[in-house]
Amino acid sequence: MTDATTAAPVEQSELEKRFPDAVKADARPGYAGFVVETSKLVEIATALRDEMGYDYLSSVTAVDYYSDAPNAENFIEVVYHFYKSTGGGALVLKVQTPRDNSVVPSLTPLYPGADFQEREAYDLYGVNFEGHPDQRRILMWEGFAGHPMRKDWKEAFYEEEVKPFKNRWPEGQVYRIEDRNPFNKNNKYPQGFDPVGFKETDDPKLYEVLERAAREYSEDIDTEQVVVNLGPQHPSTHGVFRMAVRLDGETIVALKPVMGYLHRNHEKIGERNTWTMNMPFTDRLDYLSSMSNNFGYALAVEKLMGDKAAPPERAEYLRVIMAELTRISNHLWAVGFLLNDLGAFFTPSLYAIQERELILDIFEATTGSRMMCNYFRFGGVARDLPEGVYAKIKDLVFERLPRKIDELDIYLSENELVRSRSEGVGVITPEEAIAFSTAGPVLRASGVPYDIRRADPYSIYDRFKFDVKVRYHGDVYDRYMIRIDEMRQSLDILKQAIPDLPGGAAGGEVMNGKNPYQVRVPAGESYGRVEGPKGELGYYIVSNGKGNPARYHVRAPSFINLTVLEKMCVGQKVADVVVNLGSIDIVLGEVDR
Amino acid sequence: MYGLGILKGMWVTLTHFIDSYVEDIKWLGRNRYYSKEGIQHRRSKDTKGIFTVQYPEEKLPVPEEFRFIPFLVYDVDADGNKQDRCTSCGICAKVCPPQCIWIVRTEDPVTKRPVPEPVDFFVDVDICMNCGYCAEYCPFDAIKMDHDYEMASFDRHAEHIFNKEKLSKPASYYAGIRPTNYNREETLKAEEAAKKAAAAAAKAAAAAAAPPAGSPPPAAPTAG
Repeated sequence: MTDATTAAPVEQSELEKRFPDAVKADARPGYAGFVVETSKLVEIATALRDEMGYDYLSSVTAVDYYSDAPNAENFIEVVYHFYKSTGGGALVLKVQTPRDNSVVPSLTPLYPGADFQEREAYDLYGVNFEGHPDQRRILMWEGFAGHPMRKDWKEAFYEEEVKPFKNRWPEGQVYRIEDRNPFNKNNKYPQGFDPVGFKETDDPKLYEVLERAAREYSEDIDTEQVVVNLGPQHPSTHGVFRMAVRLDGETIVALKPVMGYLHRNHEKIGERNTWTMNMPFTDRLDYLSSMSNNFGYALAVEKLMGDKAAPPERAEYLRVIMAELTRISNHLWAVGFLLNDLGAFFTPSLYAIQERELILDIFEATTGSRMMCNYFRFGGVARDLPEGVYAKIKDLVFERLPRKIDELDIYLSENELVRSRSEGVGVITPEEAIAFSTAGPVLRASGVPYDIRRADPYSIYDRFKFDVKVRYHGDVYDRYMIRIDEMRQSLDILKQAIPDLPGGAAGGEVMNGKNPYQVRVPAGESYGRVEGPKGELGYYIVSNGKGNPARYHVRAPSFINLTVLEKMCVGQKVADVVVNLGSIDIVLGEVDR
Repeated sequence: MYGLGILKGMWVTLTHFIDSYVEDIKWLGRNRYYSKEGIQHRRSKDTKGIFTVQYPEEKLPVPEEFRFIPFLVYDVDADGNKQDRCTSCGICAKVCPPQCIWIVRTEDPVTKRPVPEPVDFFVDVDICMNCGYCAEYCPFDAIKMDHDYEMASFDRHAEHIFNKEKLSKPASYYAGIRPTNYNREETLKAEEAAKKAAAAAAKAAAAAAAPPAGSPPPAAPTAG
């Protein structure tokens, strides 16, 4: 397993040499990377991007170091994970800022991919990003009081600081939490906010941004522009998701995604939970590929736990097999519904879903649930394959799926209507794809052969032979084709992993030691990232040695890939919005978290 | 040729269309629909044609590991009395991610020590996320995940907090829905009991044969 926090030492020392006063190695035990002077952040990031090749800003997030003890050193830390788009480990920068009146320079002008992530940090932590072009709330709404991820903020249904709650056991007093804090009494509003008079349609900040974008757009003929809201309740948005679009005729002038309708503050829940409890919650992020979600979280925690949580060989193989089956099932869904969006109404998606069903049968037999698999544990997997499932996987991977993926390919890939509808639509150049921190199929369809399984291998992926799939046009058609390519690539990996599975059909050890209901995680930070079906899925966790994570952050690929949506759409027709959105392949459970 | 791609695609649809009739003809005289065999075939790798299952007339069989809402297992002793396996140790309540388990314990009025059997046991099934942790981590095999997924009711406020009575099911039911797991656990238990009995017997024998305290321990047997 490669530790993502060990970057190439040459650049690290170079960074310290170039900025001797502004860069300090993070000396806290269990931590890595550099603590950087706030005032020098932009300068250092520019040097990183332009001179050292760290052109991919994968993750931006904040951590609240807070204790209500007197004289405690309280501050907010903003954490940046930089990577090279040519592969390798991370370079982690950290900036510290006081909790009251936190200000950090924005990196959005340098790395446009930081846009939504900084907005999220502003929204949830109240960190102000100086120089951010469009700093407003992103997941919460304007009528929300406070910054919910701060440690001293308490939710309406607050019971105790951390689980398990005392009144479940030993006290045993059953009640419904909503009876204690009934509807309409569970809300707080910011000062001066009028909840009755507020209408979503006159959200002033959103429309101001759209107007500003429109002023930059110049046309010869002076026409009146209109604002159209696509969604939130619209089948083409794949969930509860809204796009505010400013149109000049049929041409898109500006587009701003509005999200957070499904926001449940997954990360806050994660910090109240114990380490083990978070595993089933990760299933609910991207509910179409729960095994990959488990994978990333297990990796992040195992990194902190060290060798005592190293999974046995068979478990590693099972993890890879399950993750690749998940990728196939996710891409079947994505391709099916992209074709749906393109106008091939439901027949192709149902053909695709049929195969997905057979994969889900395997998940159900192994894990007990079709979608909410909850299969990974720290140091292995929950249980071995039941009788007959190994043969089932073999049948599917060696016989049925190759045939069916070919059929899906023949079915519509060469269809002239599909091609003329999708070729040249929503083009993203490789430079843009990297700058906007897109990940997964969106990045690779733009000609950037970046796949974490190869660029920064985890688990046992370095043992398999596979080509990193890449397409070069960066349009909707290539984003469709790359998913078909990747399904074949996953089959290639599966065909190597299944015969090599130690123990084969007979079974074997799948847990390192016992599977305790409470785990001890040494203090420190770790970032575990996997190549999920939708892109880089990362978990940034901070442990303070207690039973619950001090910080639990999800780098959600669907969410960050949406940053590029406006770029894809501006200048095109309004009808292309749906197709472009479909080609990103989002799941709102993960976007909103 | 322009339009070839469309024709190829339509050929795929046509084969699917024809397959559904060919399959029906192949199954003439046997039941492709509304039969166990037919459903099994439709979920196999060779399935062709009509794939859907007409719920609720037809139901997919659930695999053994399927999990939906926990239940409490009780044994029935020789006199026909229910013996709860649960000792109200609270591990299920402590590991439950959405915290939907409440256990009411009690203590002996005379000795003031906790009574192992729970007075009551609640699961709010609206909150339960069917993760299966309670069953996985229970050291006494007392809580298991059910297979019964049809539990709609008219009033969630009145009916969706299950109490101990509603949750309790006999071990025979558990053995019926999860035979492999049940047998594995029973063998393990039998082995452990045998080991314990052997250890106890050895201890008793040693105590009987033990020389008075203070003398050196007996030499290890040379053979065996």
